[in-house]
Amino acid sequence: MTGATELRELYQETILDHSKRPRNFREMPEATGRADGVNPLCGDRATVFVRLAGDVLEDVSFRGVGCSISTASASMMTEAVGGRTRAEVEALFEGFHRMVTGDPARAGEDAAPGLGKLAAFAGVSEFPVRVKCASLPWHTLKAALAGEGRATTE
Amino acid sequence: MSATRGRTRAAYDVAAVRRDFPILRTTVHGKPLVYLDSAASAQKPRAVIDAERDLYERYYSNIHRGVHQLSVQATDAYESARARVQAFLGARESREIVFTRGTTEAINLVAQSWGRPKLRPGDEVLLSALEHHSNIVPWQMLCEQTGAVLRVAPIDERGDVELDAWERLLSPRTKIAAFSHVSNALGTVNPVERMTALAHAAGAVVLVDGAQAAPHVAIDVQALGCDFYAFSGHKVYGPSGIGALYGRAALLEEMPPWQGGGDMIASVTFEKTTYNVLPYKLEAGTPNIAGGIGLGAALDYVNGLGLDAIAAHEDDLLRYGTEALSGVPGLRLVGTARRKAGVLSFVLEGIHPHDVGTILDYEGVAVRTGHHCAQPVMDRYGLPGTARASLACFNTREDLDALVRGIAKVKEMFR
Repeated sequence: MTGATELRELYQETILDHSKRPRNFREMPEATGRADGVNPLCGDRATVFVRLAGDVLEDVSFRGVGCSISTASASMMTEAVGGRTRAEVEALFEGFHRMVTGDPARAGEDAAPGLGKLAAFAGVSEFPVRVKCASLPWHTLKAALAGEGRATTE
Repeated sequence: MSATRGRTRAAYDVAAVRRDFPILRTTVHGKPLVYLDSAASAQKPRAVIDAERDLYERYYSNIHRGVHQLSVQATDAYESARARVQAFLGARESREIVFTRGTTEAINLVAQSWGRPKLRPGDEVLLSALEHHSNIVPWQMLCEQTGAVLRVAPIDERGDVELDAWERLLSPRTKIAAFSHVSNALGTVNPVERMTALAHAAGAVVLVDGAQAAPHVAIDVQALGCDFYAFSGHKVYGPSGIGALYGRAALLEEMPPWQGGGDMIASVTFEKTTYNVLPYKLEAGTPNIAGGIGLGAALDYVNGLGLDAIAAHEDDLLRYGTEALSGVPGLRLVGTARRKAGVLSFVLEGIHPHDVGTILDYEGVAVRTGHHCAQPVMDRYGLPGTARASLACFNTREDLDALVRGIAKVKEMFR
């Protein structure tokens, strides 16, 4: 792959769009849980808010400062997980994580079944130093759901 | 060597300098490497690489111990590197030079060995707001241990330390004042002599973090007047894992050892240990022998080019780069101090520094992005981070042109 192609794979239109106009970018006063995520390497911060009704994630939103990859990842994550059960969210995160880390041992598996629009992040696997940007919002969501309050990429 | 110190810019042969750095022949993503990240760590000239190889191939041995020839040779080489550090810093005596792993270890050494026995609750440590984490955290640890209080002198919008505040914050309670010679995040060159004189007038001891200064400005600790001066080998074209602390002999003498082990003792029994003389008292264990010898070679290399000539070359690049970047719409230079060295820190409107760094990398241009281990500086400007292009003796105007072209690509991607 040429450098320009790799870059375009990383910075897809969907990702650029979500980074410039993040969805669900708001605080949530009625949240049942929240967590602050930090990437100590770059100082990026994300706060994820969740509202659970039983086992279902009724609403999810985020605030924070980050690069285009982490902002878009947070934005698209909130769209992907809204209305899903904890188990479904967990499965999505696993699939997402497998895709962005490009785990060669599992290359035979289709990395993106059910990932839908999240498949836009497949290009991140070519940029090892950017994997944490994409996964920070997910780690933070997981912490919010677990009632842990804090998450870090380290 | 000193004869070349005064070489004028016209005589500065940057093409020849570039040939001294083998890594500059490498390519990144199919593009020639444009290395603008020397403030993070400088590349190594052939002379440094050869000095380390020569040691390992011809005369490697432990030092200060053996009676055999290799040990004598290795000891001579290591101690002659100490003499070069002494000359490089303008120290009075070679026993005032303590080898450390780098600036960070040197500052920790002073905090723990000088500060910890001396500081009492209510005493104060004064820093500037420009500091790298390595000149903040060791003092915070010291304050937690002793009950002393940390004070911080602010910087203005340009990135200069506010000298009025510096003076105001100094008092008889101030036991030590610590600040950088050159800021790694912004490139500000601090008025070290003035800040030191003010601190001394208040009765404080002064430590200067010279990590970012050593490759760019000639250093004379006696003229600066400071009590401690720390720098790292890897930023001045030497190996990583080696650096040095200069300390005034009288202060080093009264400091207890901060680590115990071999080499730092005169005699050991289970009842009592007598410590070695300076500087060995503060150098426990087998040191980074190849690192020390490599650092000596690096200082020879820098002296060969002449620090004044390097500074003149880099000043030209700094002016050229400042002008070129200032002309880029949506680009803001962060850090516009009256006197700067080696650093062009910037942000692009609406584009995160990490994205800038990734796209520049694909143009072969290596810059640092993020908070540069100086989060309080970033907080001062309300930024999560910046992109930082930093200069070295081998950089050219063409390198800066490549940077500007790369920034155009970044903006195109995020249009």
